[in-house]
Amino acid sequence: MNPVNYLYLAALLFTIGAAGVLIRRNTIVLFMCVELMLNACNLAFVAFSRMHGNLDGQIIAFFTMVVAAAEVVVGLAIIVSLFRTRHSASVDDASLMKL
Amino acid sequence: MENLIALLVAAPLLGAAVLLCGGRRLDRAGHWLGTLLAAASFGIGAALFADMLGRGADDRTMRQHLYSWIPVEGFQADIAFQLDQLSMTFVLLISGVGTLIHVYSIGYMEHDERRRRFFGYLNLFLAAMLLLVLADNYLLLYVGWEGVGLASYLLIGFWQHKPSAATAAKKAFLVNRVGDMGLSIAIMLMFTTFGTFAFRPVLASAGETSEGMLTAIGLMLLLAACGKSAQVPLQSWLGDAMEGPTPVSALIHAATMVTAGVYLIVRSGAIFNGAPDAQLVTAIVGAVTLLFGAVVGCAKDDIKKALAGSTMSQIGYMVLAAGLGPIGYVFAIMHLVTHGFFKAGLFLGAGSVMHGMNDEVDMRKYGGLRRYMPVTFVTFGLGYLAIIGFPGLSGFFSKDRIIEAAFAKGGTEGWILGSVALLGAAITAFYMTRVMLMTFFGEKRWQPAPDADAAADVEPSAGHRPGEMPHPHESPKSMTVPMIVLAFGSVFAGGFFAIGDRFLNWLEPVTGYEHGHPPVSALTVTLATMAVLAVGVAIAWAMYGRRPVPVTAPRGSLLTRAARRDLLQDDFNHVVLVRGGEHLTRSLVYVDHSLVDGVVNGTAASVGGLSGRLRKLQNGYARSYAVSMFGGTAILIAATLLMRAV
Amino acid sequence: MDFPLLTVTAAVPAAGAVLTAAVPAARRTAAKWLALLFSLATLALAGLVAARFDPGGERYQLTESHAWIADFGVRYELGVDGIGVALIGLTALLVPFVIAAGWKDADPLETRSPRWRPTQGFFALILLVEAMVIISFEATDVFLFYIFFEAMLIPMYFLIGGFGDRAHAGTDEKAAAQRSYAAVKFLLYNLAGGLIMLAAVIGLYVVAGNFSLQEITAARAAGTLDMATNTERLLFLGFFFAFAVKAPLWPLHTWLPNAMGEATAPVAVLITAVVDKVGTFAMLRFCLGLFPEASKWATPVVLVLALVSIVYGALLAVGQRDIKRLIAYASISHFGFIILGIFAMTSQGQSGATLYMVNHGLSTAALMLVAGFLISRRGSRLIADYGGVQKVAPVLAGTFLIGGLATLSLPGLAPFVSEFLVLVGTFSRYPVAGIVATLGIVLAALYTLVLYQRTMTGPVKEEVRRMPDLRPRELLVVAPLIALLIGLGVYPKPLTEIVNPAVEHTMSDVKQKDPKPEVAVGSENGEAGQ
Repeated sequence: MNPVNYLYLAALLFTIGAAGVLIRRNTIVLFMCVELMLNACNLAFVAFSRMHGNLDGQIIAFFTMVVAAAEVVVGLAIIVSLFRTRHSASVDDASLMKL
Repeated sequence: MENLIALLVAAPLLGAAVLLCGGRRLDRAGHWLGTLLAAASFGIGAALFADMLGRGADDRTMRQHLYSWIPVEGFQADIAFQLDQLSMTFVLLISGVGTLIHVYSIGYMEHDERRRRFFGYLNLFLAAMLLLVLADNYLLLYVGWEGVGLASYLLIGFWQHKPSAATAAKKAFLVNRVGDMGLSIAIMLMFTTFGTFAFRPVLASAGETSEGMLTAIGLMLLLAACGKSAQVPLQSWLGDAMEGPTPVSALIHAATMVTAGVYLIVRSGAIFNGAPDAQLVTAIVGAVTLLFGAVVGCAKDDIKKALAGSTMSQIGYMVLAAGLGPIGYVFAIMHLVTHGFFKAGLFLGAGSVMHGMNDEVDMRKYGGLRRYMPVTFVTFGLGYLAIIGFPGLSGFFSKDRIIEAAFAKGGTEGWILGSVALLGAAITAFYMTRVMLMTFFGEKRWQPAPDADAAADVEPSAGHRPGEMPHPHESPKSMTVPMIVLAFGSVFAGGFFAIGDRFLNWLEPVTGYEHGHPPVSALTVTLATMAVLAVGVAIAWAMYGRRPVPVTAPRGSLLTRAARRDLLQDDFNHVVLVRGGEHLTRSLVYVDHSLVDGVVNGTAASVGGLSGRLRKLQNGYARSYAVSMFGGTAILIAATLLMRAV
Repeated sequence: MDFPLLTVTAAVPAAGAVLTAAVPAARRTAAKWLALLFSLATLALAGLVAARFDPGGERYQLTESHAWIADFGVRYELGVDGIGVALIGLTALLVPFVIAAGWKDADPLETRSPRWRPTQGFFALILLVEAMVIISFEATDVFLFYIFFEAMLIPMYFLIGGFGDRAHAGTDEKAAAQRSYAAVKFLLYNLAGGLIMLAAVIGLYVVAGNFSLQEITAARAAGTLDMATNTERLLFLGFFFAFAVKAPLWPLHTWLPNAMGEATAPVAVLITAVVDKVGTFAMLRFCLGLFPEASKWATPVVLVLALVSIVYGALLAVGQRDIKRLIAYASISHFGFIILGIFAMTSQGQSGATLYMVNHGLSTAALMLVAGFLISRRGSRLIADYGGVQKVAPVLAGTFLIGGLATLSLPGLAPFVSEFLVLVGTFSRYPVAGIVATLGIVLAALYTLVLYQRTMTGPVKEEVRRMPDLRPRELLVVAPLIALLIGLGVYPKPLTEIVNPAVEHTMSDVKQKDPKPEVAVGSENGEAGQ
């Protein structure tokens, strides 16, 4: 199977994720969209690795997973504490950081 | 002897310092101290004069160098004095008349609570005026020049509570400053041309530079002289200056300060000699002013303003003579000295009349005073005869020589200048006879003193009650004695100077002399002068002697009305300079606030406005930040690809 | 090693500032005396500097040099030439008068809290400004100069913004708003100038490799340090802009009337007579010394701006209704003369400009302080609120008149000497500029005499009828200034002797010679002098 198709899939997933980040308000959904984008990148890395016969892409995919795991921990903690104080999971409610 | 020169200036200067800083403790003795120091100055002057007479004609210049004033690379200004015959003449005139007027002021200012300060200012004036004539370089002369301007400012505005006096003082100073601008430019020109501005080197090497440069310097000096000597076009301040106490008018605005311009021109003779154009302009200025002042003098009902017009006119004669070059220098100074006597005497007489008449200055409210004030009448009368040039009296000798010299200028100019001078003599006879008749002859037209409201405007020396009829009386001795002395001068000075050409021989080594050849004989000129004089007196007699003088001034012809308003010069100044200046400054204040400062504030405001806009981007919504991130990334990627493609 | 006299001269007022600020709130009077004592000590030290300075000696004397930031070649280098000595003397002389005149300006109206100490702050800030100004006059390291040139803005900002006229203090919200506007404007304006200068200072380091004024000047003179023409011009402009803001030169002047109008009279004196002089001083020392070619290149434009300043400042002074703003515009006119003299590049012009800096300091101080006394009596700055003061307070009026006459450069008073030197110096190279500048002498008479006439003469206004005359403390402040104005007007030699050699050095920096007179009069000139 042509590895380029995997790249198309990665691009599609990334676009879905990005659109989700821009459009959705629910923090959890937003967060999942970010994960989707990360995983799209992972897919692209692995695909490139295969295409170029080079292991670097696969190694970076592992790095990304580790970072994503750490990010999930921190991000969920923020979301939970946000929900506790504001009783809402909408990002638009957390708009106080402005001039 | 030379070391005494500085004392001439120092004595009155000391007086000014002590009197002005001394405080009220000196109130009781201040005027005596001031008078004493003025007399001391005259005494020193007389001693120096005696010493000078004992020397040969070529050896009479004395010098004293005190110290180097402004030592800067390539620039030297010294505090140094030069006393030659010309300066000597002025020193004696200034300190002599000055002392007399100090004496007069003791009586005149008796009721003024600020008499001490008045004497302080008078002493300051004497010091500055003596510095002016004793300086050995133009810069030091400039110090005296502005110093007399300051003293004049302080004295004109002596009754500062009167707004008119304060305004007149300011006007005098400002108009003089315009002239001073001329003097400072002249000094700068001298500095760039000769590298110095001391009299000796500049005048000695005046011939080595171009005529154009000399003309420029000459015209600038003339501008300065116009300011100080109230010549057209800078004459407008002199009439207003009569707001000052009368002794001030006599000393500063008749006898001495206003003649400083003539001194300046005669002193700079070497420069003018090399610049015929500047000389011609000088003569024209003099001729125009002598008519201008005479016409103004005819229309004024205020005795002091009429005399002020006359002063302007007489100085016009002197400037005219000075503009004639070596033919006229000596006669300019001679007329200056005799004028110093009779005009000071006339002003003192006017002051004496005002003293007796509740400080009334309107001649229409005088009349018939000769019986009540005999001494004043006689001294004033002698001054009158002198100024119109009655044969044998001072003015006759000096004015006659000027008219003669004007004709001797030669050519059409000579005829024009000479005729103007003759015409001036006729008008002089007219307005002086008018003053004489309105004041001392005719009916009594006395009016009660103004009521309390207006009293604030009246000189406070009076001590009279409002609503009271005047009781004319002779003035105290301290006032009449100076008048008598000056009357002697008015009668005999001219004859003394003219007979045997004494004055000519005395001044000739300094100013040079060239005998002119008038196209008509000297006798003809004298006879013509006598004739026009008689005509002037006769017309005045017909108008003011034979008919009673109305108390309120008739409307008068157009010329009379214009002359009453100083031939509209003040109106012109007001419209063009004052109004124009006000508009200019007002619009500049607006420009500064809205344009210059506006640009600055505008910069600040636009930065503020821009940041206000940018602030809107920071709305706190994570989504919009995400959009801008995506947008930025997209632009970066697009740009990268585009660069690749190119 | 020698005694570091220059450091001590600057350090004494700084120490005084710290000590004054530390005085407890209740001991207000002690703080005033302490400040006065320290300012007098500084004056004594400045006198010592002048005494130790040898006019015939080296260009920079009493030098001190220590490594400071070695990595960037920044050194702690001090040294004075004649111009510096004169201006240090002026600063040290004026500050005691400023302190004495402002004796009661900062007394708190009511005790808000036991720890509130405005008086201490006021006098400490004045001393701090003095210290910074003195060290700017001493610094021969460009970076060191820059630091203090900028740093003095901070105490000045607080002096302008924090202490207004007694008349308005604490009561008038609008006055407080105007005051803070003036202070912010002062700060931003000068900071903007300073930032541009910082860029130029860095640029200078890139080009020259160090910050030492002496080394760079010497290298420029010897031709071992070449700058590209455009580089030199840009650097010059960077420096000049900052100095022109501070001086202030038209059209960068608009902060001055606001600052001088809103500040108390002594602070206004501090601004115009002391702090602003750093600007003109720096033009003479840094612009001409470091960038001689660019200075000559910029001369025509600078001269025109200076002439505009002279005439424009004077005309605006005529149009003012506020006494202090009038004096501020008069100062703008006078700064025009100073800058004119500096850039005329003749010995007379530059000597005149230096004398002008000193004399203008004295004359403005005299006029402004008396105006301050007047304003504090009536509680108004508007000219129209006065009239006939001469009648009720003759001594006040007399001193005001002398201050005014000094402002209009009456011969016999010190400013005349300097103004005439500037005019002659300018005229001998640029006749037209000289003639335009003489217009200034007429306009100066106009605004001074109009001010005097409207406030002092005429019928006595009801509100001023009970105005007291000068008190002894006030007379003690004004009398020495007037004595100095007269003394230096009659005998300016002590000052010219110090200044002349420094001017010669500057003239050789810019490689200019005085124009020769058309007719050499030769031996006769000067013969009378000895």
